Amino acid sequence: MHEVDMTKCLLLSMQDWRQQHGSVSPSVEVVHLQVGDFTCVEPAQLVTTWDVAIRGSWLEGARLSIEAIPLVGRCVCCSATYRPSAESAYRSPCCDHPMEEVVSGRELRIRSVDYTLTASVPAEKPAPVPS
Amino acid sequence: MHMPLEDTLGLNLLAANQHQAEHNREHFDAWRLLCINLMSSPGAGKTSLLERSLAALATDLSMAVLEGDMTTQLDAERLEAVGVPVVPITTGRACHLDAAMVSGGLKLLRQQLDPACLDLLWVENVGNLVCPAEFEVGEHRKVALLSVTEGDDKPLKYPVMFREADCVLITKTDLLPYLPVEVERIEAHIRAVNPRCTVIRVSASTGEGLEAWHSWVRQQLAQQIAQLTPAMVLA
Repeated sequence: MHEVDMTKCLLLSMQDWRQQHGSVSPSVEVVHLQVGDFTCVEPAQLVTTWDVAIRGSWLEGARLSIEAIPLVGRCVCCSATYRPSAESAYRSPCCDHPMEEVVSGRELRIRSVDYTLTASVPAEKPAPVPS
Repeated sequence: MHMPLEDTLGLNLLAANQHQAEHNREHFDAWRLLCINLMSSPGAGKTSLLERSLAALATDLSMAVLEGDMTTQLDAERLEAVGVPVVPITTGRACHLDAAMVSGGLKLLRQQLDPACLDLLWVENVGNLVCPAEFEVGEHRKVALLSVTEGDDKPLKYPVMFREADCVLITKTDLLPYLPVEVERIEAHIRAVNPRCTVIRVSASTGEGLEAWHSWVRQQLAQQIAQLTPAMVLA
């Protein structure tokens, strides 16, 4: 269940992000992640641990959206990209070469956050005019 | 009125762990030591290998071990018997060491000795082929062990671990005559997911391959020290 520790890391990053807003507490709607297929993350478990972890916190109600990024390799012999698979030992189908270059699939990224700020909060007050 | 907003973060999901790992590495560099993270499934032979390697390398290298173990201190006791300082890190139910746990281990280690006198710091991770691959602890090199009894399909089933490793040790080669497994196939599968890593066949029982493994370690240490800049050492 390393997804629990991953969720803890994610919550720390979210906490840092929240602090950038100063005294204004943003209301988070969606946190968008990109998770590569060539990682040790099980997206469904990450969503489950997230849903449990945010209960009663400032993030309550925020949804975790996970975009799966496919594993893509590039054959170093002919430069063709391919989808490596365990069945073919991750070798390139074009030249039967080992998986040397990974183009995508190792992503573990917090891409973006969708949120709202209410109109009454200081962030939306007009900037003070210098006297 | 609510205004929908979007902030692009582009942060690593494990950024919090990475920051701590980088902090650990800065310490390692300031102490001019090489940190090696040893990873494998349970029972692949990490502790047996370390017993042999500590004894052999202690002739001219100063070393310490941070020993990750889920609930016991059994491995730490075995290694202490070799005469090298060992700090046990009991992870409880966590199936891997993370950078914060290693940082805690370093604090305990500093109560015993000045790490600046060390050449090598070994981190023996919790036995697990999955998540230790994703959680950096600040190591300079990752070494994965795979015993011949585990079968030749493991590099394909747990590719991330073998992809991330700088060196893969095929262990327990003394058992090969008794097993329906071809070591060449194990090696081919490791190279299929990681063509650039060093692969060494070893046996902690007979000593086969240990010389090659130890010279790899010495070579990495020399490389690591050579690439340190004065700023890194003074940090």
